[in-house]
Amino acid sequence: MDRVPILSLGDVLLVSIQVDLQDESVVALQEDLAERIVDSGATGVVIDISAVEIVDSFIGRMFATIASLSKVLDAETVVVGMRPAVAITLVELGLSLQGVRTALDLQRGLAALRQRRAEREIPLADESDEAVEAPAAARD
Amino acid sequence: MSVPEPVDELPINTGDDVVRVRQAVRARASAARLSLVDQTKLITAASELARNTLVHGGSGVARVETVQRDGRPGVKAVFTDDGPGIVDVEKALTDGYTTGSGLGLGLGGSRRLVDEFVLETAVGQGTTVTVIKWMR
Repeated sequence: MDRVPILSLGDVLLVSIQVDLQDESVVALQEDLAERIVDSGATGVVIDISAVEIVDSFIGRMFATIASLSKVLDAETVVVGMRPAVAITLVELGLSLQGVRTALDLQRGLAALRQRRAEREIPLADESDEAVEAPAAARD
Repeated sequence: MSVPEPVDELPINTGDDVVRVRQAVRARASAARLSLVDQTKLITAASELARNTLVHGGSGVARVETVQRDGRPGVKAVFTDDGPGIVDVEKALTDGYTTGSGLGLGLGGSRRLVDEFVLETAVGQGTTVTVIKWMR
């Protein structure tokens, strides 16, 4: 069984699928990614499928599973580089990839994750305001 | 250069075999000069059907060959298993219906991806699915 390597790029995990994936490798990738997100504290995952010739329902479901899984672990997943023929086939197959964020290429995918991180930094400022009031509650 | 076999006969017993079926279909579809989109559709359908053979049939065989009709080349793939067969064919072809852990898109979805789709099944005797994609 081929194991798909997971690369670390700052706080983003990068997965570039370069082999014809069999189902066992797909399942292993899901498990490996979950572990790596927790170990590294990554906030984003980019799955590059520019070398992938087909996405069937099993592989499509993996994208959806990884997207929900990473969300639960406080990271966002972006699938990048889908070939036009793959996109056409996916739609006809009936796979909507709900909840899966996509971008045309790696650069755009990384930009989307950066933007998301910037958006997350605003609510952090609110939390620090609350932190000032916190000791009041702690006194009781 | 070796002359290609008239029919590729591939066992489907493991996940690796499903990958090999995809590769055999890809080689045939490319040789038959199907468009890239049509190649992708046929390989995707073959992947779904080969997985069905493995998951629902237990194991089986795929036969892949190049066919001709009115001078037009096409690729035919036949998936056969000796599994339990399909009780309700109409239901099995409905999107979202599944008896396994999948999405229920395999049969209905692959039917949409090919030009010809024939499903033969009998309870207790197995299932054979034949698909063809023609060059446009």
